[in-house]
Parts: sequence; C-alpha cells; structure tokens
Amino acid sequence: MMPTDQPWDAELARARLHVVTGKGGTGKTTVATSLALALATGGKRVLLVEVEGRQGIAQLFDIPPLPYAEEHVAAAAGEGEVRALAVDTEAAMLEYLDMFYNLGFAGRTLRRMGAIEFATTLAPGLRDVILTGKVKETVTRTEARGRHLYDHVVLDAPPTGRIVPFLDVTRALSDLAKVGPVRGHSDGVINLVHSQDTRVHLVTLLEEMPVTETLEAIRDLDAADLRPGAVILNRVRPPRLPARSISSAADGRVDKNRIRDGLSSAGLDLRLEELEGLVEETVEHAVRVDAEARARARLDGTDLPVLELPELTEGVDVAALYELAEALNAQGAGGSRVS
Amino acid sequence: MDIDRLIDDRDTKVIVCCGSGGVGKTTTAAAIAVRAAERGRKTVVLTIDPARRLAQALGLAELGNHPRPVQIEGFDPKGELAAMMLDMRRTFDDMVLAHATKERADEILANPFYQTISANFSGTQEYMAMEKLGQLAHTGQWDLIVVDTPPSRSALDFLDAPQRLSTVLDGRVLKLLAGPARAGGSGLRKIVAGGFGIFAKAVSTIIGGQLLTDASTFVQAFDSIFGGFRERAKKTYELLRSPGTAFLVVATPEPDALREATFFVERLATERMPLAGLVVNRTHPLLTELAQPRAIAAAEHLEELGRAPLAAAVLRLHADRAALAHKEERLLARFAKAHPGIATIGVPALAGDVHDLDGLREIGLRLVGV
Repeated sequence: MMPTDQPWDAELARARLHVVTGKGGTGKTTVATSLALALATGGKRVLLVEVEGRQGIAQLFDIPPLPYAEEHVAAAAGEGEVRALAVDTEAAMLEYLDMFYNLGFAGRTLRRMGAIEFATTLAPGLRDVILTGKVKETVTRTEARGRHLYDHVVLDAPPTGRIVPFLDVTRALSDLAKVGPVRGHSDGVINLVHSQDTRVHLVTLLEEMPVTETLEAIRDLDAADLRPGAVILNRVRPPRLPARSISSAADGRVDKNRIRDGLSSAGLDLRLEELEGLVEETVEHAVRVDAEARARARLDGTDLPVLELPELTEGVDVAALYELAEALNAQGAGGSRVS
Repeated sequence: MDIDRLIDDRDTKVIVCCGSGGVGKTTTAAAIAVRAAERGRKTVVLTIDPARRLAQALGLAELGNHPRPVQIEGFDPKGELAAMMLDMRRTFDDMVLAHATKERADEILANPFYQTISANFSGTQEYMAMEKLGQLAHTGQWDLIVVDTPPSRSALDFLDAPQRLSTVLDGRVLKLLAGPARAGGSGLRKIVAGGFGIFAKAVSTIIGGQLLTDASTFVQAFDSIFGGFRERAKKTYELLRSPGTAFLVVATPEPDALREATFFVERLATERMPLAGLVVNRTHPLLTELAQPRAIAAAEHLEELGRAPLAAAVLRLHADRAALAHKEERLLARFAKAHPGIATIGVPALAGDVHDLDGLREIGLRLVGV
C-alpha cells in the first residue's frame, strides 16, 4: 500500500506531541505505549509521559514504579528508544516554584505537610497547568546543537471526560492570577497545544458508550480549537460470519441443519446440545458484530483517520506491545515512512 | 456465594458494590435491587453516575437527590423499590444547612471557595455518597439499601476520600498559610516559617490573593460545624463495618480490573469490613464443550476444501471464544489462588447493553447462576 493511502497521514506524521485519550477501560495506556514504540521505530527518540500517578507504564512493562525522571524503558528497531516519565504533580509543582522562588530545603517540608495538595485543591486548574507545563518543557527541550531532544512526546492523558479542561489551559487560567509567572509560563503551553505540533488521538472500543464519549470529545476538542488526530480502535476482533448473514443471525435466525451437515462433512458429529451451544455462541457473536458495525458507522461521520489494533487474547505483555507497535507501523505511524 | 441468600436475609441491611470504573457496578447494583424488591425486600438503590438509558429505565431521568418509587410497566414487586441518583452538590448543601445556623449556612454556601470544592474536589463525590448512605440508613424507611460507588480512578478512593476532604476542611494548612508562627513545635517552626512565607507568597501569586482570602473566610465559617461533619462521617464508617453490611467487589475478567479488586479486597480486610464476595461481570463461558484445537482443525479442513463456509465460520468463532474463555479462567484462577476463601460469581456477558427492566432481571438471573 502506498503511504498516502494509510490512515496515519502526513498531517499526523508532522505532529510532535501526541496526546492519547479515551474512555476509562479502553486501553489508553496500552495504546499510548504502543504508539510511542511505533514512533521510535527507525532510530527516533520518544518520550512517553503519564500524568495521573497510576504507574500504568511501569505495570505494562512489568518494572518497578517509575521515579520522577526520564528513564529508558524500551528499545525500538533501528536504534530507536522510548523513555518514560511518570510526572509527580507535587514534585513538578515544587520544581516549578523553584524556578521563581528559591525554596531549597523548605520544599520538602511543605510537601510533607500536604501544602501542595492543599494548593492544588484550592485551585483545581493549577494541577493541570503544572502538568501541561512539564509536558511542554519536554517537547521543546533541545540538545546542545539546537536539535530537539525528543522527536516525539506521547502523553498518556486523562480520560475523554477530562481531556478538554486538562489541555485548555486558557480556561484553567481564569481560576488563577491574570499576571505573574504562571501567565508567561502558560502562554507557551497554549501556543503548543493549539499548534500543528499537537494532535489528540482518541482510543475507543467498538461499543456504544466509548464511541459516544469519543464523539463528544471530538466535538469538545473542536469547540476549544484543539486538534483531534486519529481515532484508534482498540481490541478489534475479527468478524467470522459472512457480512450478509450477520443481521439474520443477530435476530436468532441461524440454520442449525446446515451447520450440522457442514460439521459432519469435516468429521465432527456433535450431540444436539453441543450443536445448540454453538448456535447460541453464533447468535451472540452476530449481535456483537452488528453492534460493532453500528459503532463504526457513527465514527465514519467524524472524517478523522481511523487506525485499528487487534484484540490480543493472550493479554498484553512486553512482546505484545511490540506487536501492536508493528500494527501501527503498518498503518503508517512511525517506522520507515518517508515524510 | 449465593446472592439470593444474601438478599433474602433480613439481617442484610446494606449492600455496597465497589470496584474500578467501567466494570458494571451500577448495573450490578440496580440488578440486585430489582431482584431484592421482587423477592419482597423494601429496597432503595443509590446510584452515582448511571448511563443515561439505565437511568431512564429506573425512572431517574433527572436528579432528585431523594429516592423515588420505581414505577415501570410490568414491574409489580412483592416488596418495594425506590431509586435515586446522587446529586453531590445538593447533598453537600443539605449537610451544611443541617449543621449551621441559617445565617452561617448562607455565608458558607455563597463562598466561592465552597463552590469550588463542592463541585470539583476529587473526593467530594465519594464523601457525599457516604453521607447519603448514612442519611438513607438513618430514615429507617427501607430495610435494604443497595449502593453503587463513584467511578473513581481508584476503587479505594471511596474509603479514603472522607479523610482527604477532612484534611482540607479542618484548615490546619490554611491556618499555617495565614499565620505560620502559631504552627508546629519550636524546632520545626523556624524552618517551616521561612519556607511558608515564601510558599504563601508563591501560592497567592499563582492562585490569586482573592481565592486565598475566600478560602480563609470559608474555613473560619466552617470551623464551627466541622465537628458535626466528622461525627457523621464516623457514624457512616461504623455502619460500613457493621455485620448488616455486605461489600460486593465488582470486576471484569481483565488484569487491570482484577488488580483493583485485589487492592480493595485487601483493604476491606485491613479495615475489617464485611466482604461478601467478588462479582466478575462480562465473562464469556463456553456454551459447548467442543475443544478449541478440534474446532480449529475442522475449520481448516473445511476452508481447504472450500466447503460449508457457515460451519467453518461457526468453528472459528467458537475457537476465538474458547481462547477468550481460557484467558478469563486463568486470570480468575490466579486471583483465587492469591485470595483463597473469597466467594466468586461470574456473570456471563449479555450480547447487548443493559438498559431496561428485562435486562436487569436477566443480570439478576445470571448473578444467581440461572
């Protein structure tokens, strides 16, 4: 297939900050991690960032909890590298205050007393300003020769319901002082998240609720002048029945005799109850495939590129992450693509 | 675990469904409540954030913050069923009104800082769910209360939030911000006072002096009623520990959900709260015994011959399902090994969404293994 036909198009390839969101339970962290690996393929350096204190990345790689530092977590083909950063809000806040006030040793005391949690409680927007500020710093950081340290930054972001307030620092700022250090700091974040460099990818399953939330998130992103990137369908299972039999099978119309005869011709002679069990499984499968087709049709209306990742029945281990990364490579994300 | 025995037992007063987000807690709670009402209990179900269609099915199209009888055509329970959806802001308002004089209450309710924490603080919903449970229990109007818990990031938030909110509300830190000299012992005071002066300055630069002033006013106004709040949270906590309460930890056969379930099970043990068992939603048991390798071999055979495409497709989808079923069994077996003695119920997935009374009844049947 020519690269131009691939869902991961030139627009997406140009982005450097990839924000990955999705409804809870859709596999956001797995997809963000696979995307980071895919983008690192072919010798790129990619930073994978998590901001919710869940240590989801460490769990995926089956390593001890990540410290607040950029750590090597995986190598990618062609000497690519993925580093990971679990942002600790309190540490980031102290780091941030330290840029303007010399807190030194007192910082640790403040932290122990819960002062930081208190401050972020007073102004919920503050937490997001600090977190997005840290992400922006990693995206814009350069090496001695002026080259960006990271080719891409992938952010395992808050879920769809919270993504717009999280990124829309402008709104958060209305909570906060209109002047002072936080202002100049935030302007940089605002410029970055609204620019060509940033795309918000939406992970969903082919189920009613996650698709509804995805559509709502796309609408909200558009309204806030943030740029939706790709829709990534996660855990897609292969349809087994021919498309024309789906809707009748979903209504419970399955030709039991034909199945029985077909099985006999393969040397399988099943008892009646076994056959009925198979028929029941077939109906359930058809109902699900039917619902998936409807979910897909709803997403078609968005005009966004759609990528797919297969269901891995064996569960997700490190090897599986590479498999998913390859699947993304095959759809144009990262790898040897010529831009 | 036998759900019918649990709900038929008149000594069961409260059933709490907890677990991580997206595992079907609300559906489980609603299904249990429907079944309990139909088996004769005077039941109320407290839901937190039901999907729209499920809410409509229960007649909860709008927030009411007070239980309403569930009236659906074809629903004529032997007992009673009322349902409500938590309105966190109103529950908080009601709490303030109940504990403060009219004048004081008005002052608190109008405070911008109160408006922020009552709507935004991450633990408020959990705290208010517990408060509402306490209120429902206190009325004595129902003999079974089924509670859904908020869709928190972590299932443990439900137990931790009241404490976290208390820390903010009791204003120790805020008093420090206002006057560091009064805080701490003399040794610590010097260090902290130095740091705090800067910190207070930094915080007010960032969040604005006005917000800090609002917060300070709020805490002063709140101080007088705080004792009452804490007393109630303590009572609800005691209710959760009493033998009339049964916790059902809800999960799906997925590693993440089971990990959360593990945290919760261990925490309940630590707190000595009564765990009834684990409900595993959306399992995919095999409906026929045909072994996976045989199904695959036969499908390959038919595909090679180009014959009987329907039978071949059916064999393939059965093999997919078998792989899924085996994975789920492995995960659950591992959980059982790590937590011996915890009763577990698997609830096979429905093909579609649950959004009406029949769906809830069907889930109820699956909960009791029919």
